[in-house]
Amino acid sequence: MIKLGVMLVFFICCSTGGEIAMTYGMKQVGEPESFRPGALLRFIAKAMSNGWVWCALPLLGASFYSLLILLSWAPLSIVIPASAFNYVVGTFGAKYLLREQVSVKRWMGVVMVCIGVTLVLLTGKN
Amino acid sequence: MSHERRLRIKTLFMVLLMVVCANLGDLLLKRGMLQIGAVQISVPGLWHALLATIHNGTIWLAILFLLGFTLCYMTAVSWADYSYVMPAGAFGYALQTLLAMVILHEAVNAQRWIGVVLIVTGVLLVGQTHPSTTQPKVETL
Repeated sequence: MIKLGVMLVFFICCSTGGEIAMTYGMKQVGEPESFRPGALLRFIAKAMSNGWVWCALPLLGASFYSLLILLSWAPLSIVIPASAFNYVVGTFGAKYLLREQVSVKRWMGVVMVCIGVTLVLLTGKN
Repeated sequence: MSHERRLRIKTLFMVLLMVVCANLGDLLLKRGMLQIGAVQISVPGLWHALLATIHNGTIWLAILFLLGFTLCYMTAVSWADYSYVMPAGAFGYALQTLLAMVILHEAVNAQRWIGVVLIVTGVLLVGQTHPSTTQPKVETL
């Protein structure tokens, strides 16, 4: 049980940390000039030369691999609420690390999405 | 077309692409992991799992879709807030339920409907906020 708890915390930290680092890096990269193949390739090359994006990739890789382990270890009734909780943790990260303005309306939306995802996926397992 | 409207439309388009790639990727990933079986947490167990995932075609296809999802996600957060894009992506779960009901004629119980209503309402609430509340950071730290 402790092993499972540690892995769940590890998964949430890696997943949220990776996404926040990725967002920070992509804000530095800026949006693509257009959606033409050449512009998209330049955009990907610019992203791949950003340090924060490289910080995010191992974290997202670790979160991916820990999710694989969790899916093979635990019932979905544990894994799903834990991964849905990422929405709340991620919003805290967005507010305090990325300095995004998270209004009451956005918070309400995030909490509703978190509960909704848990309900939908827990029913889906049946 | 106003700047904000254009921003909303392109964010919505990218989120829809994210939803398609993520759902297909997750489905294939679960199928691949079922083929591999439970992972043992020991050095030989993890090594065996790593080799098994490398040699599994379904896992590779899943990775391809998840890479597509990552690229769409990277593009979306290059202009929009993380706290805007992340919950909006959950719309895929509601879409899955509607498709299961309409196409597969699956019975959808009350708990699942409540979940769908909560997701759609939550996404609509988030969608009413401004997609970008921070300025792009040109300089690195």
